[in-house]
Parts: sequence; structure tokens; C-alpha cells
Amino acid sequence: MTTKEALYKYVLRLGDDSLILGQRLSELCGHGPILEEDIATTNISLDLIGQATLFLEYAGSLSNEFKTNDELAFLRLEKDYLNVLLVEQPNGHFGDTIMRQFLFDAFRLPLLTKLQDSKDNTLSSIAEKALKETKYHLRHSSEWVVRLGDGTEESHHKIQESLNTLYRYSHELFFVDEADVLLQQEAIIPELDDIKSQWSQTIKDVLEMATLSLPTNNWKFEGGRMGRHSEHMGYLLAEMQYMQRTYPNMEW
Amino acid sequence: MVISEGEIWELLEGVFDPEVPVLSVVDLGIIRSVSIEKQSVYITITPTYIGCPAMQTIEKDIESRFADSKINNYKITTSISPAWTTDWMSKKGREKLKAYGIAPPQNEPDKSSLFAHPVIVPCPLCDSDDTKMISQFGSTACKGHYQCNKCKEPFDYFKCFR
Repeated sequence: MTTKEALYKYVLRLGDDSLILGQRLSELCGHGPILEEDIATTNISLDLIGQATLFLEYAGSLSNEFKTNDELAFLRLEKDYLNVLLVEQPNGHFGDTIMRQFLFDAFRLPLLTKLQDSKDNTLSSIAEKALKETKYHLRHSSEWVVRLGDGTEESHHKIQESLNTLYRYSHELFFVDEADVLLQQEAIIPELDDIKSQWSQTIKDVLEMATLSLPTNNWKFEGGRMGRHSEHMGYLLAEMQYMQRTYPNMEW
Repeated sequence: MVISEGEIWELLEGVFDPEVPVLSVVDLGIIRSVSIEKQSVYITITPTYIGCPAMQTIEKDIESRFADSKINNYKITTSISPAWTTDWMSKKGREKLKAYGIAPPQNEPDKSSLFAHPVIVPCPLCDSDDTKMISQFGSTACKGHYQCNKCKEPFDYFKCFR
């Protein structure tokens, strides 16, 4: 595997995480539980799709098969998307949406912070830009985890269930394969040890404030990073790709 | 036609943010450089928020402003690094925001410290410091939603972004 091939894979993985979570959150447009959260989730969706635009544009420049970010976003097959399974999980109830976001944001913040030091100028610039937005996202999701966890008996119970379900998908955020190892050796991407300990600390601090506890079940789901997705992904792609598949090359 | 960099800056003062129409692109701090080489104009702009849909409109507005002034040789480049920050917003821009009813960005501590006490945002209408945050996310990516406890008016806050 060449550095360029590894980089393409890595940039796609980050771009797909942003794209698919952005798409999921956009489903809440007009359906948020309260007006403020409708606006907040769609704002975050917009930020994530903006990040995906930059990542996929870069991926397009490294690809021989796909040229533009639109082609990459809308014309790949399910097995070619490399996002973690976590981000494609359905919105469920608001506690599910928030917990999925929290587990993701708590990872993205330290990752982007470290990625600013990348030897690859494009990656470091995207990280620098995306980091500023991610700080707002993590603050938003953390506050809601605490509000729901330390809220009523019902809200506590519901978000504890969300945590029990979604925590099993969080392990995949730290997935490493030969592409990552190669890029780590060349200081293009950071090692994950520090990022994982920061992630664990944020999770621990926020869950403590939220009076929630980590599930004891150690079952872990993974596959998305290698293109093996959950049953939810096909439906998401069908909706997301519909316009481009039906009207090829259409533009807004 | 010979045109100077100063004249280009002046032209850009007349291009406004479509979502916050009192702010010019110069006030907003998104014009990173203007240069003229061999009678061609080179402009570098930087996005505020990456996904902000106003960015495309702004670029088109700059193009039509140039067309009106018969400037045909130009290149607009987008650069994302260094990343835009509200620290680049002009003093004049901050005053215009307030006069328009949007609270300008305050000097906030780093957002990565979770659960820090929210910054005091004075009400742009009655100047009271007794205001509360309704939501960090408002009508556009750059704004949060606040309310004044004194005059009871809701208002937008142009978030500190750095």
C-alpha cells in the first residue's frame, strides 16, 4: 500500500463519518423535539456536511476513480463507505440522538486537535477549521447528556438505555489497520493512545455528572471501517443518493 | 483600465453578508488578501463556517460587483487556513451588528472547557447584562439565541468563534 492509497482511505473514513452523521441529523429538520433543538441539530448537521465537503474534496483529489466530492458522496456503493457503524445508527428518541453525538464528539475533539499537527497540510488545515465547530458540538451534546441523565427518572432510564446500546459501537472509533499504521509512521495522522485516554476521561466526567454508568457488557460492534455496514445503512443511502441517482449530474 | 488595491477594497465594502446584511465582507474579516498582478485582481477569501450556505452567495455577489465595475480579469481563491475567527471582525462591524439588534461576539474563554460558566452577553437593545442563553445554536451557524431578562426581548448573539 502506498502513502497515497492509505491517505485516500483515511480521508474517506473521516469524511464518511461526517457525511453520514450529518445526513442522520438532517433527518431531524422539522422533527426536532423542541424548536431550539430542531435548529441545533440541523446546525450541527450543516457543520458536519461542511466538514464532509472538505474531506471528500481532498479524497477526490487522491482518487483515480472518483473526481469530485459529489461523486464520492452520492455515487458510491454501500460497501465503499467507510464510516463507523456508530454514525449510521438511527436517530431513535432524543436520548439516542444525543448519546450517539456525545460519543462521537468526545472522540472528534481530541482527534482534530492532534490532527492539526499533521505533516499533511490539507489535513491539518481541515482539522484546524473543523475543530472550532466541534467544540460547540461537544459542549451541546455533553450538556444534554447531563440534563437527561440527571433529569427525571424516565429521562435517566431512557438515556442509560441509549448508552448501553450505543457504547458497543464506540470501540470502532479507535479502529486501526495497515493504512493507519503507515500514516502514523509518517506523522500524517496521530497515534490513538492519547486520544483514547482523553476520550475516556471526557466520557467518565460527563457520565459522572449525568449519574449514568458505563455498561458492563463488553460486546463490541465493528465493520463500518471496512465497508461492512448495519441494516440501517441501505435505507440511509437510498434517501441520500436518490436525487443524484435519479437525475445524474444535477446541481443545485 | 488601471485599478488599485485600495479601490478593490472599497468595492468589497459594498458586498454584504446575505444573512447579516449590515456586515460587509470586509467587516466580517473573510477577505484575507487582495493583490493586483499584471492587471489581474487576485482575492483570497476564507469561509466562516465550512457548511455556511452564504459563502456561495457571497462569492457570486463579489463576481457581480466586479462585473458592474467592468473588472473582468480576476481570480477568487478560497483558503481555509488560517481558519476564520470572529477576532477578525472589524470594530466598525461590531458596532453595526449591535445597531442592527445582534449582540456582537464577546471575549469568550475556549469552548473546549465543558460546563464553563456562560459568558455575559449584554442585550443589544437595552444594554442590560441580565440576559440568558436560550440555545447555543440560532437562526444561522454563526449565531446563538439569547433573551434579555430585563426588557424581555429575544435577540441573536453573533457567537465568539476562535
